[in-house]
Amino acid sequence: MIRYLADRLLQSLVVLAVMSFVVYVLLCLMPGDPIDIMMSGDPKMTAADRARLAEDYGLDRPILERYGTWLKAAVSGDLGWSRTFRRPVLEILLPRLGNTILLMGAALGIALMVGLPLGIWAGSRAGGLADRVINLACFATAATPTFWLALLLMILFAVKLGWFPASGLAPRGAGFWESLRHLVLPVVTLAIVESGIYARHMRAAMIEALQHDYVRTARAKGATRVRVILVHALRNALLPVTTVTALGFGSLFSGALITETMFAWPGMGKLIFESIMSSDFNVALVALLFATLVTLLCNLAADLSYVALDPRISIGHGAAR
Amino acid sequence: MSLIPRGVAYAVLPVAIVATLATPVAAKDDLIIGFTQYPATFHPNIDSMAAKTYVLNMVRRPLTAYDKDWVLRCQLCVELPTMENGLAKPVPRPDGKQGVAMKFAIHPGATWSDGTPVTTADIAFTAEVGKHPKSGVASQEFYNRLERVEIHDAKSFTFHVDKLTYQFNDVSDFQLLPAHLERPVFMADPDNYRQRTLFDAEPTKPGLHFGPYRISEVVAGSHVVLTPNPTWYGDKPFFQRITIRAIENTAALEANLLSGSIDYIAGELGLSLDQALAFQKRHGARFDISFKPGLVYEHIDLNLDNPALKDRRVRQALLYAIDRQAVSQQLFEGKQPVAASFVNPLDRVIADDVPSYRLDPARAQALLDEAGFKPGADGIRVDANGVRLSLELGTTAGNRTREAVQQVLQSQWRRVGVEIRIKNDPARIFFGEITRKRSFGGLAMYAWLSSPESSPRNQLHSQSIPTEANNFAGQNYPGFKNPEMDKLIDQLETELDFAKRKAIWARIQEIYATELPILPLYFRADPFIVPKWLVGVEATGHQHYSSLRVEHWKSQ
Repeated sequence: MIRYLADRLLQSLVVLAVMSFVVYVLLCLMPGDPIDIMMSGDPKMTAADRARLAEDYGLDRPILERYGTWLKAAVSGDLGWSRTFRRPVLEILLPRLGNTILLMGAALGIALMVGLPLGIWAGSRAGGLADRVINLACFATAATPTFWLALLLMILFAVKLGWFPASGLAPRGAGFWESLRHLVLPVVTLAIVESGIYARHMRAAMIEALQHDYVRTARAKGATRVRVILVHALRNALLPVTTVTALGFGSLFSGALITETMFAWPGMGKLIFESIMSSDFNVALVALLFATLVTLLCNLAADLSYVALDPRISIGHGAAR
Repeated sequence: MSLIPRGVAYAVLPVAIVATLATPVAAKDDLIIGFTQYPATFHPNIDSMAAKTYVLNMVRRPLTAYDKDWVLRCQLCVELPTMENGLAKPVPRPDGKQGVAMKFAIHPGATWSDGTPVTTADIAFTAEVGKHPKSGVASQEFYNRLERVEIHDAKSFTFHVDKLTYQFNDVSDFQLLPAHLERPVFMADPDNYRQRTLFDAEPTKPGLHFGPYRISEVVAGSHVVLTPNPTWYGDKPFFQRITIRAIENTAALEANLLSGSIDYIAGELGLSLDQALAFQKRHGARFDISFKPGLVYEHIDLNLDNPALKDRRVRQALLYAIDRQAVSQQLFEGKQPVAASFVNPLDRVIADDVPSYRLDPARAQALLDEAGFKPGADGIRVDANGVRLSLELGTTAGNRTREAVQQVLQSQWRRVGVEIRIKNDPARIFFGEITRKRSFGGLAMYAWLSSPESSPRNQLHSQSIPTEANNFAGQNYPGFKNPEMDKLIDQLETELDFAKRKAIWARIQEIYATELPILPLYFRADPFIVPKWLVGVEATGHQHYSSLRVEHWKSQ
């Protein structure tokens, strides 16, 4: 087990190193650099300003040299400064991360609480009316464009009914309920879309699990319908859903660009997008690597959870017993 | 048991309701503004960004700025130096050229928000930072021209500038820094000053601002809160709290306005014109909506290296073939005035007799015939060698307004036998590579941002053609070379007599409209959607935004 964990962590480090290089090079190869962006907003900037600032920001040096400098500093714990915000990268990243975890965590929680029971219910009544209705709703929510849904909720609940603020974080010191009011619409937007996806996965896994011999045996032994579903089938059905949930958990840290943009929610999705568009290499790189690391760790956690869910699975021996 | 007899309650209740309704509603003393960008930095001299300028206008003042009537006036200074009042004097230089010395006095009441007076120590420090090669200041043009600052006393000083130009006293780029707070930060590590400045490390620190407001709360990426600056020396601002929220998506911005989450959308950084027009139709009764044409000049650069576009007749034919008036009317309901040249009609140097190009397809066809382009089998014109008159038209992808204009122009040019191939790119590629390196094959549609009576050197002088040799400096993207234009621009910049200068301006506009290296389209208008209770917001149409007069904004 320890060797398996060590192997996986080592693999993760290699993936991170490769990713850092690929992302850095791709960012550098994007047309236009930060100075071009500055110049487009300031007609008074001259060629001399351009040359001076390029040297200042190190943009006149070869990409590999710049990457080497960044890597050396990063390994020693210095993740650099944001070019646009002029603050240390972590100082920019951490509040955004907090906002995103709050938003996405709440949305994921609601999506799981709604999606999994619906999926179980639909899967246990495959082909029935309930299944068809749930299926239709799942397809509809999963296919709904997020920006449209966001706008719809905004118009209904903020403009027409005035129940919730249309967007943005609550002002500092606004209190718990006011902060909660600001959270409602973006969370509901994300949760509606996500719950449909989880319900679909849960339904498919449940239908498959209910076809196994041990379920038939349980039924033959007189187990109740509820017991068959919740005790015998659900545990196996949770295996594939765990993988999807782990990936969903990973996305907690990379944000939801569209929802964050629509609701002016300063989270990781917006930050990554803005930093890429403004060539703020350090922020973009660290944010993307952080999202990669969390995804890798969540996958590892999912693999480990298989052992807990299915005793037949053993880690480190290559195959199920 | 009730303490108030039921009969008394019945009698009092209607009176109470009427009294409540009749009581005058207290004027709203907080204001929430929405705009589409978040200011990445609050340092006045590092980076250039419209959102930052908008916010900083409320918390500080430049030495000089243009007012709503496009007249240059003192903001932080007491009297604008001119040759007439003797505060500005030409200074002969060893190289035979003329420099200028300008004496300024700082407003006697100007005080940083921590109570420290604004003095010439701040002026000297700002110049020192501006000149430092590593300070991160975006445009050093003014600082490079500033030879020295002569300090007379705590409130008066003289700028010695190496070149006397007609805009010598426009020093609006000189944005003051508080020496008492920033000097220790700068001196500790000048090379990394841009990362250590208090404007970004502690943006709410008292003493960084001296305007009507000070920044009292910053939530990065979300909003900025301003509260009145107790040391402000001008008219007392009305609003006790101004919150400026960044909402990038304009549909969401609109929903926020309608829901009351924000009170007002900044005209300079708000809805696009088409959105504003649609908004006006749906909700016009609830707001005061106005459209202010400004100095953003939408135009089409013609790449003069293109063999077909080298011929002036082809360029003129292109302009005769399009109905800009109809485009403005149909797409913008006439809110964006058609441009005759790059000079805005509100600018005092506008010429009256510039050649105009009203829609005239017959004239366009005749000019194309003269230029040797005859209609081909499919209606597209070809030259004597059979080369089709097919041109590429590029703009910034995703800009709905420009894309709509492109479609109209494409069909109008098709009618006179010119084929247009649309090729759009994201803004950073379009500006970072395509226009900057002059790699557009034919036509490039975008906008210039300028200031009142701004010299066109960067756009029309032959020295401003970007090439690899000059590291792609300059914005003369068409590659326009005209010796007379070069000479006029050189003359213009050193001519102090307005009457003579106006004559030069007239000739520049005439050459521009005759040679047509650039097809003028229209001047963009900023839509101001102001709630009926908010008064005092005055659109300027130039780079010194309405927020520079925030102390006159009131609720009624």
